[in-house]
Amino acid sequence: MKNNFILFTIIMSVSFCFIIFYKGLNNSNTYIPSLSDKKNIPIFEAKDFNSNVYLNSEKIFEEDTFYIVNIWASWCVPCRTEHPLLMRLSKNQSIKLIGLNYRDNLNNAKDFINEFGNPYSQIIIDNDGTLSVEFGAYGVPETFLIDKNKNIIRKFVGPIDQAILEEIKLTIR
Amino acid sequence: MKTLKIFLIIFLFIGLQELKSNEKNDIFKNKLLKNIRCLICQGQSVYDSESDFAVSIKLFVEKKINEEITEEQIYELLREKYGNWIVYDPELNKNTYVLWLLPLLLFLLGGAIIGKLIFKK
Repeated sequence: MKNNFILFTIIMSVSFCFIIFYKGLNNSNTYIPSLSDKKNIPIFEAKDFNSNVYLNSEKIFEEDTFYIVNIWASWCVPCRTEHPLLMRLSKNQSIKLIGLNYRDNLNNAKDFINEFGNPYSQIIIDNDGTLSVEFGAYGVPETFLIDKNKNIIRKFVGPIDQAILEEIKLTIR
Repeated sequence: MKTLKIFLIIFLFIGLQELKSNEKNDIFKNKLLKNIRCLICQGQSVYDSESDFAVSIKLFVEKKINEEITEEQIYELLREKYGNWIVYDPELNKNTYVLWLLPLLLFLLGGAIIGKLIFKK
């Protein structure tokens, strides 16, 4: 009786550990905190991509509309995949796209925009990556959806796809 | 010659103080970076990693130290942006009660069992 109980306990413990580890295998390696609390956009100053003039966040997000902040770089391959989708999104009048050029060479970034088109109403430069940290970004590409109250309501890590594009369109409608 | 010597001593003294202060700042910065998790790396702190994310966080922390923001405020800023997971040392809150109290409970339970066995004998 005692031996059966020990055997049962061992089997249960091993099964429990197996289930925990097996479930862990299917989890993503990237940790993304939930955006249950709406966060305000950070207050910052950044250099404009075209004019090299410093702009503050109030000036950048001054209009009463939805905004997309898209973090991109010319060296980032997935950014090329999502670029046509951003070009399509830029045609939507209910949203403005702000590009955040992340740790990039300015000439390469300009070549990228000339080659693939410019979906952004404004591009700001983040030379050292600290501005992206202010937004709570992990790297490139990353996209933030900002509502009319200047709250970050959605965060998309990685390149945006058709499903994300539809979700954005549905939110801003 | 005497004046030159005095100048040299003052110059060396100031230089040494500057060096000491920089060393102190580096120790403080490294302590902070070792307690921040690199979220895109496998089991590495920001201090240990050279990924783009880690480099950006290092510069962010350096900027905040220069702005004379305290250690706890820097952790709080990062928690706001990336969640509790970013800091290795989790704070005690409603989500981490079990994490903090379970080892203590298990320790007390174990102690009670051992105590019972000893006194039984």
